[in-house]
Amino acid sequence: MTASLTATAPAALTGRLARPLHPAGWWLWAIGMAVAASRTTNPLLLALVLSSTCLVVAARRTDSPWARSFRLYLVLGALIVVGRVVLHVAVGFKYGDHLLVRLPTVPLPSWAAGITLGGPVALEGLLGAAYEGLRLATLIACIGAANALADPKRLLRTLPGALHDIGVAVVVSITVAPQLAESVLRVRRARRLRGERVRGLRGAGRVVLPVLQDALDRSLALAAAMDSRGYGRIAQVPARTRRGTGVLVLGGLLGTCVGLYGLLDASTPGSLSVTTLLTGLALALTGLWLGNRRLRRSTYRPDPWRAPEWAASGLGLAVVLAMLLQGQLDPSVLLAPLQPLAVPAVPLVPVAGVLLATLVAVVSPPPVPR
Amino acid sequence: MSVAIDFDRVSVTYTGATEPTLREVDLRVDEGELCLVVGRTGSGKSTLLGAVNGLVPHFTGGTLAGRVTVLGRDTSEHRPRDLADVVGVVGQDPLLGFVTDTVEEELAYGMEQLALPAGVMRKRVEETIDLLGLADLRRRPLRDLSGGQQQRVAIGAVLTTHPRVLVLDEPTSALDPAAAEEVLAAITRLVHDLGVTVLMAEHRLERVLQYADRLVHLLPGGRVEDGDPATLVATATVAPPVVELGRLAHWSPLPLSVRDARRLAGPLRDRLDLAAPRVAVAPQSTPTQDVLVASDVVVRYGQTVAVAGVDLTLRCGEVCALVGRNGAGKSSLLWALQGSGRRDRGRVLLKPEPFGEVLDPARLDPQRARRIVGLVPQEPSDLLYLDAVGAECARADAESERPAGSCAALLERLAPGIDPASHPRDVSEGQRLALVLAIQLSADPTVLLLDEPTRGLDYGAKRRLRDVVHELTARGRCVVISTHDVEFVAETADRVVVMADGEVVADGPTSEVILASPAFAPQVAKIVAPQQFMTVRQVRDELAAVPS
Repeated sequence: MTASLTATAPAALTGRLARPLHPAGWWLWAIGMAVAASRTTNPLLLALVLSSTCLVVAARRTDSPWARSFRLYLVLGALIVVGRVVLHVAVGFKYGDHLLVRLPTVPLPSWAAGITLGGPVALEGLLGAAYEGLRLATLIACIGAANALADPKRLLRTLPGALHDIGVAVVVSITVAPQLAESVLRVRRARRLRGERVRGLRGAGRVVLPVLQDALDRSLALAAAMDSRGYGRIAQVPARTRRGTGVLVLGGLLGTCVGLYGLLDASTPGSLSVTTLLTGLALALTGLWLGNRRLRRSTYRPDPWRAPEWAASGLGLAVVLAMLLQGQLDPSVLLAPLQPLAVPAVPLVPVAGVLLATLVAVVSPPPVPR
Repeated sequence: MSVAIDFDRVSVTYTGATEPTLREVDLRVDEGELCLVVGRTGSGKSTLLGAVNGLVPHFTGGTLAGRVTVLGRDTSEHRPRDLADVVGVVGQDPLLGFVTDTVEEELAYGMEQLALPAGVMRKRVEETIDLLGLADLRRRPLRDLSGGQQQRVAIGAVLTTHPRVLVLDEPTSALDPAAAEEVLAAITRLVHDLGVTVLMAEHRLERVLQYADRLVHLLPGGRVEDGDPATLVATATVAPPVVELGRLAHWSPLPLSVRDARRLAGPLRDRLDLAAPRVAVAPQSTPTQDVLVASDVVVRYGQTVAVAGVDLTLRCGEVCALVGRNGAGKSSLLWALQGSGRRDRGRVLLKPEPFGEVLDPARLDPQRARRIVGLVPQEPSDLLYLDAVGAECARADAESERPAGSCAALLERLAPGIDPASHPRDVSEGQRLALVLAIQLSADPTVLLLDEPTRGLDYGAKRRLRDVVHELTARGRCVVISTHDVEFVAETADRVVVMADGEVVADGPTSEVILASPAFAPQVAKIVAPQQFMTVRQVRDELAAVPS
């Protein structure tokens, strides 16, 4: 009783109802944070982005299994930082004046030029490696946050009709994976009943066969059930239109990817990448729209796109813009000062951007208690 | 009244089969009827049901001759998905048919496929939740529900599209008595309140016969007879205890429910009363010695406690039935006793007399463990991995170090006439159980544990299983059977252990335990109460002993 009171009280006070934010809203926000993080190696900014992400996840996640997975992303990030540093010490290109330790150098043949095994380790190089690791870890944490906050299945449900089949395949495989694991355990246990120890390749074969048969039976039963319940009642469309739709969507997505890559890669001219991106998007959207026409289905309780969703995606955009603006004003503060070594600066605009984006923890509706 | 389902000279022959599974079936089911399909295992019940919405032959393959029409739609022109708005199909295992993962989404799935507007969907989900009493479960993951709840959700999930025909394949066979009541209550409510036509296959006739308006009886050879339940059941190859008792007492018309039978049973009760004032009990072999002693057994999966400190002593020569709700911890207990499953606390000891020393089955080499404690798991097919029945038998002989052919001989006795070359997956459920039973029996274990062996078995197969069990106990073996089938318990077990929430709540002789509980009392006991008889056989023996 007390628990439910405390859970509902804030919502009642603010007058806002608990509901899940549209998964696309979370993803846009998280992608914004990730893009922002990718444009800097300044450890203070990265730490700010990371803590902002953690704060939002802590404030708005549910207790679903995918929400609990956020910790794993943080662990993975930490491993990446450690791994990057270890790699630097072992085989990285060493530079800097503040010598920490002098490891023995292993001479390598000429074809392996550029790789140094061991050698003197300096603070500059070590910090540089750590900062780069931190940047990747932050990116991963941002994606992890999106995963933790947005129900992956609800996200798939928002896919346009033309991609519906892919969505169903993913949902089915998500449900099948744990069943498969359960099936393996069951069969392994059953093997013991026949007096066998399940070891080695022979043992594995005896487990795999019943498990695969089981999986096949399950998928056939599922397919029959889906068919009986009306899955795939598609309006008749000529095959040519269907193929055309496929080509449009795939081509469009490819164009979008190339464009995005160009946009993120500083060396490609901006206008070229923007044109590719826009053309790709237009192609993909046309394909999706065409594909939508042939599918007759509806969505139960679709997630609405209201003010909080606009706010979340807007805040994601804001933090990217802040980074871009700082890049125009003074790009040097976005980079960690390594040569010469100095305390990293605290640039006002990006900090304000990240802090602004953190507001999503407040503007998004509270999660639905289970 | 208009015809809902119309079979017009329908024959179904599967690819590679020499004989048709259904032969020239003529069947008319009127709207609003509850029609029960009965027949032996493998007589084609699932084929008949599958033909209603076109899964046979569109999905299963094979050829269908003749014509099946559902509310005027011919299944040869309509695929199952095109019939989804008029026919709802619920399979044997609801979990296999779930597409989404929470109750509410599952209820909506069919409507989404039919492209119903959002407002309609919302309204129908709420209506269905009320109709089937799912309000508390709406946000729950489907996998966490109990068997009865899953079955109700599966029925609800097809109901939301407002089908006028509902096809149910063994809706209660995997359920405990209480959950089965729950599901049947929901089904009868649909028939009475909404006028839904229901076609239902079921092995456990004692549960459903009384609700049926019409009986469809599948005969060997693929022919079908249909008609009024009371007339048809008089000669049917399968009959529940209430009907057998009626046949024995020459009641006419034959009663289909306990209530009808009780009203006719006055004279029978009086005759039984004339017998000596003694309590009839199941033929009890006198238990000789303890063979397995378990104390304080605890099995835990994460936060869930499946078995919470169970003490159990098994004796040579006894049949012990383990009953209780789905999820009461019966399977976990059996696995812990066998030694292959989890055991987080407690002791399981095999007594020294038969084995020469005190043994813990979990510490034994699996090869040796199975010669002392054998287990037939709930999914018997997990034990099979070879591609022919004969090869499995030969392998079992090698595993048990028996002369070649002994497992095959056992199998021939349990289920005669299985082709050794056939694939274990292709034989019927009852035959597969017989195969696994033969494999486990080839090691001649002192204690045999059977986990839900009666699921999917018809009355004849159950009778054969019972004979095998009694033969084992006569040789001093101990058999433990976990089951939901109270009629089977009444006829087979000497002792009943009732489990709830991982604990043993009752343990005693069969007659004492099951006669004391309305949920577990078999039909005969309910009919002849206060006379204490549990099975038709006991009544027959008693009548033979008492001159009329």
